[in-house]
Amino acid sequence: MRTSRYVILCLLTMVLLSLSLGAVASTGGDEDKIDVQEIVMGHTGDAHEWHITTIDKHHVSIPLPVIVMSNDGSWHCFMSSAFHHSADGKHNGFFIPTEGENKDKVCEIVDGREERVKLDLSLTKNVVQLWIVVILMLLIFIGSARWYRNKKADSDAPKGFVGLVEMFVMMVNDDVIKACVGEKHYKRYAPYLLTAFFFIFLSNLLGLVPIFPGGANLTGNIAITFVLAMFTFFAINLFGNREYWLEIFWPKVPTWLKCPVPMMPVIELFGILTKPFALMVRLFANIFAGHAIVLSLTCVIFISCKLGAVIGAGLSGVSVVMIIFMDCLELLVAFIQAYVFTMLSAIFIGLAHPEEHHE
Amino acid sequence: MPSFLTPDFGLLFWMLIAFLVVFVLLAKYGFPVITDMVEKRKAYIDESLAAARQANEKLANIKAECQAMIQETQTRQSQILKEAGHTRDQIVEEAKQKAQQEANRILEDARRQIKAETEKAQRDMRSQVADLSIQIAAKILSRSLQKDEEQMQWVDRILDQVAEKK
Repeated sequence: MRTSRYVILCLLTMVLLSLSLGAVASTGGDEDKIDVQEIVMGHTGDAHEWHITTIDKHHVSIPLPVIVMSNDGSWHCFMSSAFHHSADGKHNGFFIPTEGENKDKVCEIVDGREERVKLDLSLTKNVVQLWIVVILMLLIFIGSARWYRNKKADSDAPKGFVGLVEMFVMMVNDDVIKACVGEKHYKRYAPYLLTAFFFIFLSNLLGLVPIFPGGANLTGNIAITFVLAMFTFFAINLFGNREYWLEIFWPKVPTWLKCPVPMMPVIELFGILTKPFALMVRLFANIFAGHAIVLSLTCVIFISCKLGAVIGAGLSGVSVVMIIFMDCLELLVAFIQAYVFTMLSAIFIGLAHPEEHHE
Repeated sequence: MPSFLTPDFGLLFWMLIAFLVVFVLLAKYGFPVITDMVEKRKAYIDESLAAARQANEKLANIKAECQAMIQETQTRQSQILKEAGHTRDQIVEEAKQKAQQEANRILEDARRQIKAETEKAQRDMRSQVADLSIQIAAKILSRSLQKDEEQMQWVDRILDQVAEKK
């Protein structure tokens, strides 16, 4: 009884909400058409301010610092809200074009042409999100590690949050890292792999939170996954042993495959690069696609409401159900992608330490 | 190329710094502390289990030892009791024999003594009787007789005859 009453309440709320949205959308007139691609790209991309909402064409957003080096080599630092203070959206000659190839990048006019700044180290939305993740991780893990001070081997196991952290860390440590890298070498790589796992996991989770402390598409940004994959690349290749390099440059294949024309070595060398490249693209594409789907489904509500109240109400209901489903799925994906990245990194690292063949 | 496929330099730069910071700090003060403690705890638990198992084994051993000791003591006890009984019987037997021998010896001695005494008394009596007879005879005959050997032998003969007559 109770649950069915809740379901009816939810459906009613959804219908009313979509009706009111339809009303708002219809009063806006025909001139502001909904550009789904624009919305999706805008929300999944980076920005110089943290957009929260738009009330009556007035943007409510958190201004973020802009740190740029202009083309004449001088450094400039100001808040992004400074762009809105002047009518033409310029501050000290810097501006952010809303279209064209330099869209959403800080530009300036050099010799009468629109030119990107030389260096842009602004604390953008993603950078701020990045530091929020870093601070959260430090708080969680160093906070948990502090609990272990003055504790001996015969003390009780931790309870509550520290117990959860310990369980989670040991799960990744034992089931993923130890199992995939191998008993012998895993200790050296465990801190990196654990950091990577929890960084990706926390970023994914925060990416699902729609408002301020989360919401940036961090792990769905290729720069982030590029750096992570690069770390894995170094972890694999810097510590690979003799057997590993032997298998790359002189693999156990018929000699004609490697001697006059080094076919296999070239393929193996290419493999060194494809492994981290696959890691980079897999994480980026999964998270980016998840965000894009949720945003597209949200856009369905606004598009359908333009078509009319009845269609709008019906499609909005379907869309809300789909969004809830997608968000649940994304929760799962948040964990799975962190797990897969860590596990594959661990396996590649393990493969770089082949045991000597006693044959 | 679409903008979302080109990594942004600013973000790359900050990601590199942020990830290095979090990695260095957590690799030093975060994860190893947790994993080391769990490993230590695991080792401690394993150790305790091994110690408990050993103690149990020892206890079982001690019990078996106790049982064996009791068994041994019981057999020893019965053996000692048997031996003691045997010794006792032997001693009693020996004592009996010794007493018997002693008694026999004492009886023998007594008998011999009695015999000697009797003979001595007979001899004394004989000499006294002879003396008395001689004195009586002397008195009767009013003649003093010399107690030489011949006369004595004669008296003895007479006395023997008297004794035979008796």
